[in-house]
Amino acid sequence: MVDRLIKKTEVADLVNRLLEKYRVYAPVRQQDMANFQEISTADQVDLSLANTTLSPKSIMLPHSESMFEFTLDKTANQAGILREVETDHTPRVIFGIRPCDAKAFQLLDLNFDTPAYKDPWWVKRRQITTIVGLGCNAPCATCFCTSVGSGPFATEGMDLLLIDGEDEFIIQVITAKGHELLNDLGIQAEPSREKKDMVTALQESSLQSIKSVVPTDSLKHHEATALFSADFWEEVQFACINCGVCTFVCPTCWCFDIQDEVSKSNGIRLRNWDSCMFPLFTLHGSGHNPRSQKLQRLRQRFMHKLKYFVDKYDSGVACVGCGRCVQQCPVNIDIRQVFLLMNDFKV
Amino acid sequence: MQSLKEKMMHTALLLLTERKVDAVLGFQRGTIPMMSHPILIRHPERADQLHWDSFCSTNLANYLPQRKERIAIFAKGCDSRNIVLQILENQIKREQLYIIGVPCQGMLDRRKVQAELNGRELLGVRETSQHLHLLGEGFMDSLERTSYLQENCAICTHRNAAIYDELLAEPVSEQEGVDRYEDVRAIEAMTAQERWSYFEKLLAPCIRCYACRNACPMCYCPVCFVDESMPQWLGKSLDPTDTKTFHFLRAYHLAGRCTDCGNCERACPMSIKVRQLTKKLEKDIAELYGYEAGLSLDQPPPLDTYRPDDPQEFIR
Repeated sequence: MVDRLIKKTEVADLVNRLLEKYRVYAPVRQQDMANFQEISTADQVDLSLANTTLSPKSIMLPHSESMFEFTLDKTANQAGILREVETDHTPRVIFGIRPCDAKAFQLLDLNFDTPAYKDPWWVKRRQITTIVGLGCNAPCATCFCTSVGSGPFATEGMDLLLIDGEDEFIIQVITAKGHELLNDLGIQAEPSREKKDMVTALQESSLQSIKSVVPTDSLKHHEATALFSADFWEEVQFACINCGVCTFVCPTCWCFDIQDEVSKSNGIRLRNWDSCMFPLFTLHGSGHNPRSQKLQRLRQRFMHKLKYFVDKYDSGVACVGCGRCVQQCPVNIDIRQVFLLMNDFKV
Repeated sequence: MQSLKEKMMHTALLLLTERKVDAVLGFQRGTIPMMSHPILIRHPERADQLHWDSFCSTNLANYLPQRKERIAIFAKGCDSRNIVLQILENQIKREQLYIIGVPCQGMLDRRKVQAELNGRELLGVRETSQHLHLLGEGFMDSLERTSYLQENCAICTHRNAAIYDELLAEPVSEQEGVDRYEDVRAIEAMTAQERWSYFEKLLAPCIRCYACRNACPMCYCPVCFVDESMPQWLGKSLDPTDTKTFHFLRAYHLAGRCTDCGNCERACPMSIKVRQLTKKLEKDIAELYGYEAGLSLDQPPPLDTYRPDDPQEFIR
């Protein structure tokens, strides 16, 4: 599809027009951090931010979500019935998402939207959302997207991709949904040949600037049980404090827990983010915990991302190389080193 | 003159070669600037992996509870005070430990430094005694070290180890005339309503990752009350009441046990100033009992003991 062009000075107007029809989520500077949030005015958007502190996964998979409500009052006419809690399913746009985070949604589709199982909350949210990405002219030193099937201008998971070309953004049209959004907004201008060449050069230099590389080629050939029993886990796990930072900032960690909360006779059934780092994650009703040790929990996280997922879906690793866990682990456990240990493992 | 890092390597090598200890607990250089990585070294030939700079702020005492081997540990003032408390609380035995006191000039706050960069990417740092040099693509900035100390380090009055078997270098002079509770007094001066709003705002960004709890050397309960499931004391969602309950109870559990090492605040991915809670309790304990946590093996935390003359005005 033909690329389009928008002047940077017109972006605020574009966002304001989006806001007339859509709920818009965008990166916003919040005191010491930056995160995606639903915005109400265009001036909240900050496209200069590299990577947000938290990934935007909560836009698709809320940290805590009320799924059903129920009553314990046996005389009520709704007694014994789980009623789905109404959710706002009006159309929305994620504006300014980075390629790694957009790709993460696609990886999560492999879990939440399969021929056999369709998570209705996930599927519905995916349907109502149009995704406008933003290419990375200046990747961070901790970015390793190119090693894990993405890249600073990768378009997986996006409907449109904005590419920063100095005074203008070139808009790459990826899907029909994206095409429709542009037509809807009346964005018709097309970039000149020179502009396109300039952007290609930008993309090239951005790609070259990614120095952080991890190996993945041998992961699927290793015996899972041999990797599981590898000696290196002992060393990797030592510094781990078993907090949930890595899993909560990660765009591809999807594990959740379902809980009922009751106040008087009214109850709600919640789905909350969970973390394989927490002992409670695997605690059985019997009191037995198959992952009672820190080593077991840490190993699970890396084995799931870099081995079990690879074996199960044959779609690469469950990591998009955003580098958030690298930047934010309080004790500097660096997943890039675990890639190396696992990939280059010798029995 | 040998740097602290070289001295560490030398000491570790000696201790491991002479089999005085089974392992040495220290730091390795981090994989990204302004980060360090705690390591346990068992083999003398790996002593040269040890590292020391102003970002070795993790409190290493966090790795001690319930360990069985003989361990040498590099201890800043705060680490040593947490070791004292852990010994008093039977989490580790004094005779298992070889404590190497590391005089500390205060650790630097990577977030404060990050804020100076205005989005520019930091590729490395160099340190001199007074300055931190920031290196990146096309820039080299120099910062005055003292302006970028972690907040707890800026008001620290125990930079030298409280107990030790050996000192790595001459003790540093302790800061005097420090006002530790300026921020606490400001909160105390608020009306109840203002104070409640303040705490609500303070804790609103919490994502319940429990990094603050897990980073704390004094949070070693086999099962934390937030992880109890039969019965379950606390909701698991981001409900503000549940989140506040977690933070308030965690802080209360640290009354008289917190050394203000700052590990909690440093670990928080959302930059929440959780020390605002523990510092108030530290101040109360100081005023009521004249006690500072972890300075001596002869002084158990006041809430663990009973004295007939204990203050009790607050009970009424």
